[in-house]
Amino acid sequence: MNAIKNLKPSTCNNLINYGMVLVFYIVVQILVNAGVLNNSMQGMLVPICTYVVLAVSLNLTVGILGELSLGHAGFMSVGAFSGAIFWMISGSQMSPVVGFTLAIMIGGIFAGIFGALIGIPVLRLRGDYLAIVTLAFGEIIKNLLNAIYVGWDSNGFHFSMKDVSALGLDESGEVIVNGAIGITGMPKASTFTAGTILVIITLFVILNLITSRAGRAIMSIRDNRIAAEATGINITKYKLMAFIISASFAGMAGVLYALNFSTLAAKKFDYNTSILVLVFVVLGGIGNIRGSIIAATVLYVLPELLRELQDYRMLIYAVVLIAMMIFNQSPQVLAWRSNFVSKISRSGIAARFIKQKRQSEEV
Amino acid sequence: MEFLSYLINGISLGSVYAIIALGYTMVYGIAKMLNFAHGDVIMVGSYLVFIGINQMGIPPLVAIIISMVACTLLGIIIERFAYKPLRGASSLAVLITAIGVSYLLQNLALLFWGSDPKSFTSVVTIPPLKLANGQLVISGETIVTIVTSTVIMIGLMLFVNRTKVGNAMLAVSEDKGAAQLMGINVNYTIALTFAIGSALAAVAGVLLCSAYPTLQPTTGAMPGIKAFTAAVFGGIGSIPGAMLGGVLLGIIEILSKAYISTQLADAIVFAVLIVVLLVRPTGLLGKKINEKV
Repeated sequence: MNAIKNLKPSTCNNLINYGMVLVFYIVVQILVNAGVLNNSMQGMLVPICTYVVLAVSLNLTVGILGELSLGHAGFMSVGAFSGAIFWMISGSQMSPVVGFTLAIMIGGIFAGIFGALIGIPVLRLRGDYLAIVTLAFGEIIKNLLNAIYVGWDSNGFHFSMKDVSALGLDESGEVIVNGAIGITGMPKASTFTAGTILVIITLFVILNLITSRAGRAIMSIRDNRIAAEATGINITKYKLMAFIISASFAGMAGVLYALNFSTLAAKKFDYNTSILVLVFVVLGGIGNIRGSIIAATVLYVLPELLRELQDYRMLIYAVVLIAMMIFNQSPQVLAWRSNFVSKISRSGIAARFIKQKRQSEEV
Repeated sequence: MEFLSYLINGISLGSVYAIIALGYTMVYGIAKMLNFAHGDVIMVGSYLVFIGINQMGIPPLVAIIISMVACTLLGIIIERFAYKPLRGASSLAVLITAIGVSYLLQNLALLFWGSDPKSFTSVVTIPPLKLANGQLVISGETIVTIVTSTVIMIGLMLFVNRTKVGNAMLAVSEDKGAAQLMGINVNYTIALTFAIGSALAAVAGVLLCSAYPTLQPTTGAMPGIKAFTAAVFGGIGSIPGAMLGGVLLGIIEILSKAYISTQLADAIVFAVLIVVLLVRPTGLLGKKINEKV
């Protein structure tokens, strides 16, 4: 008992996050075994994990570093394609666990490299200019992946931007990425268990980063860049660090997502996907990791549950989004809300409750 | 000769981008927000013109004016109910609300008009212009687009720099608090900016759909992003910057489509943007703001 009491508040908080994910995992497993979840519900489990990882990693850029990124889907697609290409040529011949782990790692490394590339302009730009550069980056990636052809034969990789015949493959060769069609005929590998493990790893790395020395440095850049610089914090280093970590987890999420389907096309990762993840982060609470986990899960499932409403569901989603933003962020509404709360607390039950609480605290 | 015709097409597309970018940049200058729903106002405007001409048989010019009025009202309503309550909130909150409005408009369009693409009939009846013994053909749409855009740009410059209301807009974009102290009605000025931006979006929609005649609920999204890029390219908040950025972007897009690759044209446009921002972090004509400690 004492050991629990002696934990730091941040450690407690983190443990609650891991616990939440584990409880969700166990409940879902029980429901699957009991046959309560139908096929379409089960099909949503891996995407949920993907979006949780994406939202948590984007929260590192938006909430902790304080820079708006509109190109998260770009990193996701870099990871997805590099992981899937590896999986196609060699991963699937290894044992599933090793091959899958390597694919995830390769996706993460490649996305991290792109994170460093895009991180360089990040150092010069701020605010809306940075937002547009990340958006532009996402679009460039989508366009390039739409136009690229990759083949593999005994001589190694062949790349082309023209068509399949320009690859010049020998008879042992096969086309892996076929331009806008993308990758087809991939053996599926992602499972809900793998997804949950990735979520736990992401949480472990990012939560520990936030409470570490580096995390405090990153947050100080967000709160006041000039003061942080004056205290001797290396802004370049910490901004790049946050950006690369965020990008590489997005890449890993991309691999998880890609290997959940048998086909992979670049157009899946457009700017709408980036926006969707940003909406998860903002509605979950900027800088609040637990909020991102819950928001990503609930908001991914919500439109599917509203499927009966058909065309109206995205309309409802849009209205809810606007209403939530006004309710949570508008200065007038916030003033009205605090007025309302203080009115209630002055009258009757709530006042008694508060008095009791104060007395018990004094004792 | 071939190059010249590509160049003219580029200027034509670019002037449409410039008109859309003007809406972005004026709203940004005054309200300091990225109005992501701007592209969808273009789409609504084009649908209204389409319905007016094809289903109700109204003459094109009248349909365009009705659509402009409707878009103006739409812009004012959006500002009043979605953005005004958030004045003073964080810029990210306003951005997400704008994305919400964009979703809302797209899905309303989907409900009213369906997802199947409509083929927009061009509103331009001017015959193509043939120069240099027919080697250089300039389509009627191109001529109308370039002329209209030039008129709008000159008109807007005169309005902003010469009239009292226009000066009020400049004052609000410079310093909201000080402008209020000078007796400027800030709320009215912001609403007016949205109204002008949305009316311009309706015009841009008609010009865009006359040149590229497919109309869908998502039609506005890509030109919206491109115009936004153009506004940043020229230095967001600057009106001449938006014009320059728009025209340059259109030229780059058409030339790279013609000489490099159709598929990679968009990638090249965005790559040029990134390079420009690396050299000039606040865009071509943007003001450099020094931070004070």
